[in-house]
Amino acid sequence: MDDFLIRAMLAGFGLAVVAGPLGSFVVWRRMAYFGDTLAHSALLGVALGFLVGLNINFGIVLVCGALAVLLVVLRSRQRLADDTILGIMAHSSLSLGLVALAFMEHVRVDLMAYLFGDILSVGQMELWWIWLGGAAVLAVLVLIWRPLLTMTLHEELARAEGVPILPLQLLFMALMAGVIAIAMNIVGILLVTSLLIIPAATARLFARTPEQMAVLAALLGCVAVAGGLRGSWNWDLPTGPAIVVAATLLFSLAMVVTSSWRLVVRREQAADG
Amino acid sequence: MFGLTVGRRASAGPAVDDDTLVAAQRLTVTRGQQPVLCNVDVAVKAGQVVTLVGPNGSGKSTLVQVLTGLIRDHQGQVRRRDGLRVGYVPQHFRIDRNLPITARRFMKLAPRGRHGNWDSAVADAGVAHLLDRPMQGLSGGELRRVLLARALLSRPHLLALDEPAAGLDQRGQGELYRLIRHIRERYGCGVLVVSHDLNLVMAATDQVLCLSEGHILCRGAPESVRAHPEYLALFGSHLGPETAVFPHAHDHEPGEHCSHG
Repeated sequence: MDDFLIRAMLAGFGLAVVAGPLGSFVVWRRMAYFGDTLAHSALLGVALGFLVGLNINFGIVLVCGALAVLLVVLRSRQRLADDTILGIMAHSSLSLGLVALAFMEHVRVDLMAYLFGDILSVGQMELWWIWLGGAAVLAVLVLIWRPLLTMTLHEELARAEGVPILPLQLLFMALMAGVIAIAMNIVGILLVTSLLIIPAATARLFARTPEQMAVLAALLGCVAVAGGLRGSWNWDLPTGPAIVVAATLLFSLAMVVTSSWRLVVRREQAADG
Repeated sequence: MFGLTVGRRASAGPAVDDDTLVAAQRLTVTRGQQPVLCNVDVAVKAGQVVTLVGPNGSGKSTLVQVLTGLIRDHQGQVRRRDGLRVGYVPQHFRIDRNLPITARRFMKLAPRGRHGNWDSAVADAGVAHLLDRPMQGLSGGELRRVLLARALLSRPHLLALDEPAAGLDQRGQGELYRLIRHIRERYGCGVLVVSHDLNLVMAATDQVLCLSEGHILCRGAPESVRAHPEYLALFGSHLGPETAVFPHAHDHEPGEHCSHG
């Protein structure tokens, strides 16, 4: 196998292993659109990175983090519905990012790579970023797992039991911002949330405990990455979208398997009864 | 503001004798400009069941949340016994169906869920047969019992139950109040119950506080409160046990307070 394929595979696995557990929380906390909005703002982070001469990953984490805090504040004192605010933020920040990049005439960026990812061109340095950043996010997630899960189950009960709600919420946003920065190299801004949501949703069909769901989501994400790379190699497909399609195929397959399994069980029960 | 409240609470407050678990004096809570609670005095002692009744929006849940320490932004004095352990059962509880979790795991997530009072909490709330079921598959009554079992894990001194009977049928409600009585006797804990219907809690209650728009209208033993004119004006005598609890035909406009007899 070629070097760049190995790097792509390692990068994809690094993302999938983090996206599984974090994506489970995104699904449980119903934050799919929240994640989408954060991801859309990542382009603004890229522009900021170029403008200030900052590392682009830092720029993304910074902008996503700021937007996350802004959203938390807006949500608590808003007069508009959640999805309205998210819709406004998502598209305005994406457009703002595009406009800002267009203004920087001296900067030539491959917009397609940012929007849809460019996993095949992941270099040694980016691989380090992905694995170290991913390990940090995963370590924090493991540390706050119990209180975060309690808060996700029932916020009021968690508060009554002394869980610090606001710090946990902000920390969770920070983790999401980190994963978005990582994921942008691989599947791009527009497809980031798919790797958070789809493997987690697939894992839900089989899992009996939260931890099972998180681990299974990570594994399924790895399978999707491998499948997408394979498809991309064989049929010359765009790699980011191919990974998402592979994840969706897994989800569909799982749906068919579990539905028919349930049907069989019900038939047997009916026959027994 | 916050520091002031804490400071005031630390200074001389209502006298807390040995039996008193939590006591509030001249408690006032405002949300925005709107007063939610106004000059409320209340105390819960060990072994006592105190029931808060009142229509929706009367401040019952807020009062519970202040007494249990969930809301700390208030005026007036609130004194809790040192090291008071509170078991709280919230009014609304629904777990997202995307989150796979069994009752056992849910209980183990409680702060003392791993080493606490596990065996007797499970036995007292009668949830042994529910432990391996997914939370989303539990009925309203079963869910309430699991929440109660979880609250019992820490051997609470004070058990706060917000509308524990909501959504249960009559039989389920009867069972629940029997269970509350049993737990009070077994643990010797004080119990704070929110209800919008006095008749359901009659048998299990020592003291009733009747709330309306943030004020305490009347208080006392259930029988005396039921005969109190303020209570009758608020709830109407048709809610009395001598007539049917289920709705029956009225000969007046909706929204009007009825006062037969």
